[in-house]
Amino acid sequence: MTRRPILLAMLDGKGAIFLGVLAALAVLVPLSNLFLPETSPLHVPTYAVSLLGKYLSYALLALALDLVWGYCGILSLGHGAFFALGGYAMGMYLMRQIGPRGVYGHPVLPDFMVFLNWQELPWYWSGFDIFPFAALMVLAVPGLLAFVFGWLAFRSRVTGVYLSIITQAMTFALMLAFFRNDMGLGGNNGLTDFKDILGFSVQAQGTRLALFVATVIALALGYGVARYMVTSTYGKVLVAIRDAESRTRFLGYRVEHYKLVAFTVSAMMAGVAGALYVPQVGIINPSEFSPANSIEAVVWVAVGGRGTLVGAALGAVVVNMAKSWLTGALPELWLFALGALFIVVTLYLPKGIVGTLAEWREKRQATATAKPAGIAAEAAE
Amino acid sequence: MTSPTLTNTVLYLDGVSVTFDGFRAINNLSLAIAPGEMRAIIGPNGAGKTTMMDIITGKTRPDEGEVFFGGMIDLTMLDEAEIATLGIGRKFQKPTVFESHTVADNIRLALAGARSPFSALFGARNRIAGERIDAILSTVRLTEHRGRLAADLSHGQKQWLEIGMLLAQDPKLLLVDEPVAGMTDAETAETAHLLKEIAREHSVVVVEHDMAFVRDLGCKVTVLHEGSVLAEGSIDAVSANERVIEVYLGR
Amino acid sequence: MPRLLCLLLALACGLLAAPVRAAPADAGEALTLIASGRFPDIEKGVDLLARSGDARTQAIIEALRDGRLAVAADKRVVIEGANGGWSDAATGEALAEAPPSPKAVRLNNRIRRAVEAALGALTLMAPDAAARRQAAEAVFRSRDATALATLDEAIAREEVAGIRRLMGEARAAILLGDAGASDLQKIEAVDILATRADQDALALLRAAAAQGSPTVREAAEGAITAVERRLAVLSMLQNVWYGLSLGSVLLLAAIGLAITFGVMGIINMAHGEMVMIGAYTTFVIQELARTHAPGLFDWTLPVAIPMAFLVAALVGAAIERGIIRHLYGRPLETLLATWGVSLILQQAVRSLFGPSNREVGAPSYMAGAFDLGGLTITYGRLWIVVFSLAVFAALIVALKATSFGLKIRAVTQNRRMAASMGIRTPWVDTMAFALGSGIAGVAGVALSQIDNVSPNLGQSYIVDSFMVVVFGGVGNLWGTLVSALTLGIANKFLEPFAGAVLGKILLLVFLILFIQKRPRGLFALKGRAVEA
Repeated sequence: MTRRPILLAMLDGKGAIFLGVLAALAVLVPLSNLFLPETSPLHVPTYAVSLLGKYLSYALLALALDLVWGYCGILSLGHGAFFALGGYAMGMYLMRQIGPRGVYGHPVLPDFMVFLNWQELPWYWSGFDIFPFAALMVLAVPGLLAFVFGWLAFRSRVTGVYLSIITQAMTFALMLAFFRNDMGLGGNNGLTDFKDILGFSVQAQGTRLALFVATVIALALGYGVARYMVTSTYGKVLVAIRDAESRTRFLGYRVEHYKLVAFTVSAMMAGVAGALYVPQVGIINPSEFSPANSIEAVVWVAVGGRGTLVGAALGAVVVNMAKSWLTGALPELWLFALGALFIVVTLYLPKGIVGTLAEWREKRQATATAKPAGIAAEAAE
Repeated sequence: MTSPTLTNTVLYLDGVSVTFDGFRAINNLSLAIAPGEMRAIIGPNGAGKTTMMDIITGKTRPDEGEVFFGGMIDLTMLDEAEIATLGIGRKFQKPTVFESHTVADNIRLALAGARSPFSALFGARNRIAGERIDAILSTVRLTEHRGRLAADLSHGQKQWLEIGMLLAQDPKLLLVDEPVAGMTDAETAETAHLLKEIAREHSVVVVEHDMAFVRDLGCKVTVLHEGSVLAEGSIDAVSANERVIEVYLGR
Repeated sequence: MPRLLCLLLALACGLLAAPVRAAPADAGEALTLIASGRFPDIEKGVDLLARSGDARTQAIIEALRDGRLAVAADKRVVIEGANGGWSDAATGEALAEAPPSPKAVRLNNRIRRAVEAALGALTLMAPDAAARRQAAEAVFRSRDATALATLDEAIAREEVAGIRRLMGEARAAILLGDAGASDLQKIEAVDILATRADQDALALLRAAAAQGSPTVREAAEGAITAVERRLAVLSMLQNVWYGLSLGSVLLLAAIGLAITFGVMGIINMAHGEMVMIGAYTTFVIQELARTHAPGLFDWTLPVAIPMAFLVAALVGAAIERGIIRHLYGRPLETLLATWGVSLILQQAVRSLFGPSNREVGAPSYMAGAFDLGGLTITYGRLWIVVFSLAVFAALIVALKATSFGLKIRAVTQNRRMAASMGIRTPWVDTMAFALGSGIAGVAGVALSQIDNVSPNLGQSYIVDSFMVVVFGGVGNLWGTLVSALTLGIANKFLEPFAGAVLGKILLLVFLILFIQKRPRGLFALKGRAVEA
C-alpha cells in the first residue's frame, strides 16, 4: 500500500526522462546494431556500442560521486580508486578465465606471473575464477576500503579540503602500490588480453551488446538506489549535514554514521562502474588510480550539476564524448578545453547544466518575488 | 548563597578549566542550573561564554573539572550527538538552519525520534509529525512560512526557526547564544516573550550582551569575567555590583 | 705443521726484512739485469732499480714504460730522448752520436705491472702534494711489497699530516698482506687500518682475519667490529644527509604553498605548475646564455632566481585576479578551478616547449663532491639545502619584519578589521598570492638541477607539497620546515628496508592516519577561532 506512492514520489520529471532514455538505449542500440544495415546512418557499429558502454559506466561513477559530493558535501578526489578496485576485481576474474590460453600456456598462472617466475598463484587470487565471488569482491573491496577510510576520517571529523587532500593521497598511494610488480596484479601493464566472460568471448558482438545492456541496467539501478537514498529522511539529513554540519550534530544526529553510509554505498557503486568498464575497454592498469582521473570525474559532476544525480550522469557522457571527439580531432586542445571547463563551470555555472536549467524553469514558473535559493546555501559552506 | 547539590540541578559545572595554547579561556568555572530555571549569562567579549557552551555540548573537552547533566550524567565523556539526544539543545550565535530545506523540514529533522541512518533510510516516513510541527511553528510565529526554503527567511525569522528546532528536539535544557543579535527592537521584544514562554516548560540558559533584553527576561543573572564567575544574582543586584561595573558595565 | 716453528720463522724474517730491504741496491747491477733481455731478469732489474734509491731511477723506468729504453750492441743501456737524441741510462749524459744498433727493451704484462708499481712508489716523493696523495692511494690499492722501502722513506720525509697518514695506511695494507711481516707489525697494521674505517680497510681486515696467525686474527676481528660499527654510523649519517637533502627539496616545493594554503587558506592545485614555470624560466635563461654569452653560463642560476620569481609571481597574480578572487570562501570550488588552471598551464608549456624533458645544465659550482669525515657530500645537494633554508629564512623575515608581512598577517587574521583600518585587502590578497607563487617559481630553479624539466614536473610535487603543509600544521611556517625535513629523513630511512616506492606508500599511509589523529597537523593552533 505505502510503497507505490513512495516509488512515485521518488521519480520526478527529470528522473522519469532519464530512465526513459536509458530504457530506449537498452532496446534501440542493440536493435540498431543487429538489424540495421551498416550503410544506414542510424546503424550503431559494435565499437561504438562499447564506447557508449564506457561512457555509461563513467556515468555510474559520476552518479556515485554526486551522491557524496552533491548531497553530503564530501568532495572525494579519490573515487577513481574505488572505480579502479572494482575494475581490478573484474580484471582478475577475466584473467583467470584465460586459463591455459595465455602466451606461455601455463594452466593457472597469468602470463605476467609466468614472466616474473612466480611459482603459484598468490592467496588473494584464489576464488576469482568463480564469477559470483568476483562479483561480490567488486562490491566488497571498494566498499571495505571506503568503510575503513571513511570510518577513520569521519570519526576524527576530517572535512572540507582536508578530506579532499587525503582522498587524493589515498588514490595516489594505491597507484604507486599497483605499479609495483610485487603486488601480483600485473604492475605497469595491468591486466589485459582477456578472452572470456561467463563463457562468452569478450570480443564477440553479442557479448558486447550484453555488456552494454548490463551497464544500462546497472546505471538505472544505481540511479534508483541513489534516488531512494536522497529522497528519504536519510537524504534530508545528508543535505542538512552539507549545509550545517554542527547544527545537525547538535540535533543529535551521528554525522559520521550518515557520511559513512553514503561514502560506502557510493564506493560500491563506483566499484560496479569499474567492473563494467573493464571488459568493455579490455584493460585495467594502475593509471586508473591516478589523481587526475578522479578529479576529472569531479568535473563531470560539476558540468552536469551537482546534487541532481541525473546531471552527474549527463555530465559524464557529455564531457567524455567531447573528449573522444577532441582528442581525435585536435589533441593539443583537449587539456586546454578541460582546464577551461573546470574554470568556467566553477565561476559561471556553479549549478551545472541540469541545475541551471531547473533554475530557469523555476524562475519562469515562480511568481514575481521568488528569490534563488541555492546561492546562499552554497555560500554557507 | 545556598550551595547547590548535584541531585537537584539540571546542569552542574564545578571547577572547570580549559586552556587554548596557554590562554585560559575558562578558569575554575562553577555554575548550577536548577530544573525549570531560566538563567542569563552576561560578560564582556572573551569572558568565555561561548567556550562554556562548547564544553556543555561536548564540542570542547575541559582540561579539568566536572560537568554533570541531570545530576548524574558526566557530560565530559560524551560527544555532541549523545549530549543532544540526552536533551540538551543549543542555538548558535549565528543563526544556523538548513537553508536548502523548507521551514517544515527543518523542524521535522529536529523532532525527537530515532536518529540512526538506517531508521532514516528504511523507517516509515514520519507523517505523524504534522501536528507537532504545526504546534511548534505557531509557537515560533512561522506558520505561514511553512513551505518556504529556510534560505529565504529574514535574519530574525531564522533565529526563531532555530529556536523552533530546539523546541522540536524537546530538550530538558536549552542553551541559547545571543538570540537577539542583529534583531530589530520589535523582534527583540517578541523574542524575549518567546523565551519566557519556553522557560515555562524547559530549563533555559541565555547568553546575551543586550542588557535591556536581559532585563526583559527577568531572571537570575550570572556575570562571567576572564573565564570564571564574577557575580551572580538578580539583574538589579548585579548591576549595582562594583566589580561588574568596573569590568563590564561601566566601561 | 709445527706452528711454533712457523711463528719463529716469521718473526725472524720480519726482524730481518726491514733492514734488508732498506739497504741500497746497486743501480748498475739492475741495469745489467735489464740489458739481459730475459723477462724474469728484466723484472728483477726493475725491482732492484726501484729499491736502489738512485737519482736516475725515475727517468730510466719512465723510459722503459714508454719504450724509449734500449740496449745498444755494446751492452750499454741507453735512453732515446723525445727529440731523437740519445743519453746514457746509468749517468744521464747525452751521447754525441747514436749508439750502435739500439734495441728497445721489450715488456710483458708482468714487467709492465712492476714498472707501474715502481713508478707509483717513486711519485711518493714527488714535489706535488696531490701527486703524492694519489701515489699513496695507488700503493694502498696495489699493495705492492716492492714499494715498501720507498714508502718508508717517503713517510719519513712527508710533511703533510694527511698524506703521511695515507702513506701509513698504505704501508699497513702492504704489511698485512705480506707473508714476511711479523705478527707485531701486522697487529700494528690492523690498528692503523681500523682507524681508516672504510670498505677497503674492511676488506683487508677480513682477509687478515681469515688467514693470519691467531693473534693477528683476533686483532683483526676486533678491528672489524669497530670498523663495521663506524661504517654503520657513517651510513646512518649519510642517510640523514640524504634525508635532509630530500627534505629541503620538499621544503622548497611546499614553502610557497605554506603561504597560499597555510596562511591564506587558498587551495591552489596549480602550485606545482608554478614550480614548473620556474624550472622552464631557468631553461630559457640557460638557452639564451648558451647562444649569446656562453662565458656567463655559471651566472645563469643567480639570474634565473629573480626571473623565475617574477614570472611565477606574475602568473600567480593573474590567477588570483582572474579566478581565485571570485571564489573566496568556497575552497572546494577554488580547488577545482585551480586544477583547471594547472591543466591549461601544463598544456601551454607542452605546446611551447614540447612534451619531452628539457636539458638544464649544472654550473661548475654545482658539480663535484667533497668528503666530510667519511661522508660524501655533493655540492649540488649542499647548495640546495643551503638555498632552501635561505628562502625559508627570507620568507620568515618578510612576513615578520616588513610592513607587507604585517598586512598579510592582519588580513588573514581578521579581514574586516584590516579593511576598516585602511588596508586594501584585495591588493594584499593578490600580493600574498603572488609571493607564494613566486617562491614556488624559485623552487623550480632549484628543482631544475635535480629533476627532469618536463611539463609534468609540477604534478609530481603537488601531493607531496600538500602533505608537507598539512603535516606541519596549516598556518605555521615553522611547522612546514620541521615537517619537510622530518618527512625527507623518514623517507630515506624507510627506503633501505622497504624500497623507494613502498617507502613512499608507507609514508603516505602514515600521513593519512596522522591527519585522522591530528587533523590540524603537528603544530596546530588550538581553540575556537580555528574551527569556524
